[in-house]
Amino acid sequence: MTQMLLNALLLALRAIRRNLMRSFLTVLGVVIGVAAVITMVTLGNGATHMVSDQISSLGSNLLILRPGQQLGPGRDSAGAASFKLADVEAIQTQVPALKAVAPVVGSKVTLVAGNQNWQSQVNGTSNAYFVAGNWNIAAGRQFEEDEEAAGKAVCIIGATVKRQLFPKGSPIGDEVRVKNFSCEIIGLLQGKGQGAMGQDQDDVVLMPIRTAQRRLTGNVNDVSTLMLSLRDGVAADPVMEQIRKLMRERRRLSENADDDFNVMDTKQIAETLSGTIRTMTGLLGAVAAVSLLVGGIGIMNIMLVSVTERTREIGIRLAIGALEHEVLLQFLIEAVALSALGGLIGIVLALFVCLCLTALMHMPFLFNPGINLLAFLFSGAIGIVFGYMPARRAASLDPIVALRFE
Amino acid sequence: MNTGTLISLRAITKTYGEGVAAFQALKGIDLDIAAGQFVAIMGPSGSGKSTALNILGCLDAPTSGAYGFRDIPVEALTRNQRALLRRHYLGFVFQGFNLLSRTSAQENVELPLLYRGAESAQRHAAAREALAQVGLTGWEHHTPAELSGGQQQRVAIARAIVTRPLVLLADEPTGNLDSQRGHEIMDLLTALNREQGITVIMVTHEPEMAHYADRVVKFVDGWVESDSRKERHSPPTLPLSGEERTQHGRCDTPLTREAGGVNERGPGTP
Repeated sequence: MTQMLLNALLLALRAIRRNLMRSFLTVLGVVIGVAAVITMVTLGNGATHMVSDQISSLGSNLLILRPGQQLGPGRDSAGAASFKLADVEAIQTQVPALKAVAPVVGSKVTLVAGNQNWQSQVNGTSNAYFVAGNWNIAAGRQFEEDEEAAGKAVCIIGATVKRQLFPKGSPIGDEVRVKNFSCEIIGLLQGKGQGAMGQDQDDVVLMPIRTAQRRLTGNVNDVSTLMLSLRDGVAADPVMEQIRKLMRERRRLSENADDDFNVMDTKQIAETLSGTIRTMTGLLGAVAAVSLLVGGIGIMNIMLVSVTERTREIGIRLAIGALEHEVLLQFLIEAVALSALGGLIGIVLALFVCLCLTALMHMPFLFNPGINLLAFLFSGAIGIVFGYMPARRAASLDPIVALRFE
Repeated sequence: MNTGTLISLRAITKTYGEGVAAFQALKGIDLDIAAGQFVAIMGPSGSGKSTALNILGCLDAPTSGAYGFRDIPVEALTRNQRALLRRHYLGFVFQGFNLLSRTSAQENVELPLLYRGAESAQRHAAAREALAQVGLTGWEHHTPAELSGGQQQRVAIARAIVTRPLVLLADEPTGNLDSQRGHEIMDLLTALNREQGITVIMVTHEPEMAHYADRVVKFVDGWVESDSRKERHSPPTLPLSGEERTQHGRCDTPLTREAGGVNERGPGTP
């Protein structure tokens, strides 16, 4: 039995080697199909991973409270009233499930230091921001209590701002001009990189909320956004509901009025985004799978043609004493070897394409053994299915008929 | 075992098609061929000579009648058993050479040994030896496209004899060759018959080729018209007569077959 298999393998390999060009064209479809499936799935996985990574870098268990209706068509945030500092206090005291409550006011402002200038997002907030936003201080320190209370002109800058304004040396203790006032730099944030929507999270300057309110927005009471961090192990939904009720109460909304604010759960956003990407990945993978199937049909075609072409050869083999199942086995092995070879080349090609593309798109490259194995097995199965039919036709020919075939 | 008669056909008929379209190619053939004979089958086209050769070569099954090969009732064998009979006892040479294209002479000759499951070293040696026998030493790695017609037919003969068959069946082996190459091939077949005792059955329509045989069977319209034996046209290279050689030759001594590593699991010995 093993001897027979080895023989058939030898015969099949000889046949492949004899028709190198035809063999190459046969496997091309499978190569492209397998490569396409693996590339799509690998890139999709990378994208999903990247998005969830970036969102979790926003802060774990982060809720964002903003004025205006829920995101979506017809959303109106301009008309809705801002939150007040009293709201911040109320949430802080009445929602015990929150670890940190950071009020945020901000605007886009031009910064000047020496002869450099740079436009950046300037946020007024509190030390709670570091907890809620999952920020670490790379150098310097957080705000002092008296700085927050008095609204002193101190600030902590992000990595991008540091790079643009202070390319050399430590900026701690230096001054930066924010709009029309000078601000002492007391700290430097650790870099986070690109955000989920592609924005630069490090292009930011933080200062005490009072400072920002007085000197930038000019409104000493308004808070535009609240970043709320949940305690570990607390479910987001009941807390969101509690905050919603509290805010409706404080904003004196009547029973049937819509919310004029919204609470978002970043985890939920992450899941929605990842879900979307997974769907896209599945869709693209399905398209790629169709191409793999087409590749298989290509193999079947070539096998059919090659049987016709090789009918005389089959006649010769049968005449010199080959048994029907030996010819069958030879053709089958030929088909499986070809498609498995195509699968292997496809995997290598996909690996190469994925490495190039992930490097180009700054995505993590996640090798997925499952899909590689699946694509390989599928290509092998294509060989068996599409190789078997023409092989059976070839082997069942009468030697005399096959020999006389023109 | 009957050492004299290797092949016996009794009332063999072959009908192609059915009903009104039926055509009876063979109408009742009786033929005995002794081991070691060189038989030429002649006749006009349509006389059934090729059909008879296909039946003798177990490539085709008769419609009725009895075919005994070494007393094995061939007509009762299955498709696979007939294939095994071809594998172990028969060699074929065709008019159109029927070599595998893009395949070296060496590999073409090795092919029957592959189906016998021979070891690769033994395969190479046997193929080289067979090619040497047909005078093609040095041409082992040429593909059919790189060989002349005569050389291709020599490769085909090497492929047929590499398994040391009992019978060599040749269907118009010189049909595609010019007269001089044809005579070279005939000399080769004669030598194989004389020196190795291989029974040769050849279909031809050229009387000058049939001249090489020591027995000429003429077919007309599906019948055997005449069966004439004659003296060999040239003295045999061995002092033994055909009958004696058969008795001493390796055809009926299984030793050589076993020494050749051949699986003697023939279709007649289930």
